Amino acid sequence: MNFLNLKSTLAVGALLAMASFSSCNGGGSAADNKSDSAATGNSDANTLLGAGSTFDYPLFSKLFSEYNKLNGLRVNYQSIGSGGGIQQLTSKTVDFGASDAPLNGKQDSTLSAPALHIPVTAGAVVISYNLAEIKDTLNLTPSIIADIFLGKITKWNDAKIAATNKGVKLPNAPIVVTHRSDGSGTTGIFTSYLDKVSEEWHAKVGKGNSVNWPAGLGGKGNEGVAGSVKQTPGAIGYIELAYAVQNGMAFAKVQNKAGNFITPSIASVTAAANITLPADSKVSLTNTEAADGYPISGFSWVLIYKEQNYNNRSADRATRLLKLLSWMIHDGQQFSGALNYAPLSPAAVTTGDAILKSATYDGKPILQ
Amino acid sequence: MNGTTIDQDNLTLSEVSLGVIGSVSRPIKVGQKVKRLYRQIRTENVFKRMLVLMGLLMIVLVVGILLTLIVESMPSIKALGLKYLWGKTWDPVQDVYGAYPFLLGTLLTSFLALIISVPFSIAVAIFLGEYYPKGWLPNLLKNTVELIAAVPSVIYGFWGLAVLVPVVRGFETKIGVEPVGVGIFSSALILAVMIIPYAASLGRSVIQMVPSQLKEAAYSLGATRWEVIRSVIIPYTKSGLFAGILLSLGRALGETMAVTMVIGNTSIIPKNIFAPGNTMASVIANEFTEADKPVYLSALIELGLVLFLVTVVINMIGKRVISRFTNE
Repeated sequence: MNFLNLKSTLAVGALLAMASFSSCNGGGSAADNKSDSAATGNSDANTLLGAGSTFDYPLFSKLFSEYNKLNGLRVNYQSIGSGGGIQQLTSKTVDFGASDAPLNGKQDSTLSAPALHIPVTAGAVVISYNLAEIKDTLNLTPSIIADIFLGKITKWNDAKIAATNKGVKLPNAPIVVTHRSDGSGTTGIFTSYLDKVSEEWHAKVGKGNSVNWPAGLGGKGNEGVAGSVKQTPGAIGYIELAYAVQNGMAFAKVQNKAGNFITPSIASVTAAANITLPADSKVSLTNTEAADGYPISGFSWVLIYKEQNYNNRSADRATRLLKLLSWMIHDGQQFSGALNYAPLSPAAVTTGDAILKSATYDGKPILQ
Repeated sequence: MNGTTIDQDNLTLSEVSLGVIGSVSRPIKVGQKVKRLYRQIRTENVFKRMLVLMGLLMIVLVVGILLTLIVESMPSIKALGLKYLWGKTWDPVQDVYGAYPFLLGTLLTSFLALIISVPFSIAVAIFLGEYYPKGWLPNLLKNTVELIAAVPSVIYGFWGLAVLVPVVRGFETKIGVEPVGVGIFSSALILAVMIIPYAASLGRSVIQMVPSQLKEAAYSLGATRWEVIRSVIIPYTKSGLFAGILLSLGRALGETMAVTMVIGNTSIIPKNIFAPGNTMASVIANEFTEADKPVYLSALIELGLVLFLVTVVINMIGKRVISRFTNE
């Protein structure tokens, strides 16, 4: 090939690159449209689509399989993470999203229509540690937890820890702080707790699904943090309750707002959620007012659009979705205990019921 | 494309004129011959065009990825500017993003891994290329080394977390640094193991290609084996060996899973090589799924862009070094 030829080849290459690039975007929206039609029920009216929280996934698979036995309805749930679930709901590619945190202002404003939050279950985050020589359960106060994760308390025999654990022989060992490295609702709950109980945390770090950790190591997923806590002598980390119970990990009692030291359990998480809820159920349960409630806990929500007639969805599809959700917060709750999820408190069920009844199709309520 | 058609015209013209000369005696046969020639030329051209298309596709792919990365990271580039590159804070809550700790982590782990792995890979290459090119033991060694490259990286991560990290922790306790086990050093060790095969395989093939006349000449002058390796084989193969090392480095820069599992994932700038850190690839893997703000997502994509550019720059430097070696 001569010089001219090479030049034209390059020009063609650049053109093709442009074309492929612009068709990238086009391709993306085409795919969206395709799955749009899936969500509108053109493909299979008997399959609902959902996406979101990985925390909810084990519970949801149990619930959906039980519901399938009753009604024959199939639910295809993709556990791609809360953020992903919200994105999919925003682009209307799913019937419902699931999230461990309520929509934040920015996410709310990108939605084309108002969304409803229905609390479906509650989870808790426990503080797990690795101190081989200590048999008793450690008592931790909010300020101890904040100081450890801020990197201010660095030894296990610190005077502050000793003061709340009288009679426990604490070792003179360094504390190895472990946190999640991946963005996660677990981190969201934990940091929203620290944000509430510690001024310094609020000023320095704040709350979010990923934050700028002032100290410690990161592990990927619950298993990453749990693995590093199990392996490292003197380690401390935060893990989802269900995961810690299933893997027999030691975890601390945490002092709640009322001043009681509470052992994290399904019962104490349900208790934490038994408070006066706002009508939209968008409430953070961390640092709960309930006297016997575990303070580091939070709801997980299913998100749906308030007006169910969008994208040519059928009224039938909307009714199926609402009936499923109603079953989940009532009869479905009997399955949560066995999977280490906290059943909804009576207050949460009442609020959830009211929210479900506010969902409409063409402006008319779907559930009576 | 122009050149191709001209070529074709020239060829057919000359063939036809030849045919005309011969046509005096056998007009029918020549017509068939010309037809056959046309078909041959057409196949030839189709094949050539296909090759050009495939080649172009590669260029399109790379340029397309680069453009996508640039466009998608525009929000972050606009919001943060060049400060992104040397900013030391990565704070998704405040929407402040600085890639410096991860840039440092990526370069530290990769080059450390390279330093650890090079003696091993060169030794394996010389052993297999020069000392024992044939036999069951060298074959076993060769296949084993190649298998190292075939093992999925998540398995290295598991092995690193379960076996290597406790060993490193013990070592750290002995030398008196903070005994966390995970960190830059552990990741570099894992990476070193993972990248050995790349340099070793390429090194083995170039060493085997050293002309035997050169080696025999050196032996006949009374050189020992060590002297032959040092003064004939290494100088003759250095560009090939370097290319292998470069390939290893490329692998180390982009490795994600195994590193994520043993590096400790903290955005605090590492104080020494035993401290935990983070690499660009592992930050992307960790935080992409839950990046819930536009600038956050864009900052992660920009991290991908930086990684892309770092790889390109290192490759270009490598190419320069190779060509300098070869020109000597």
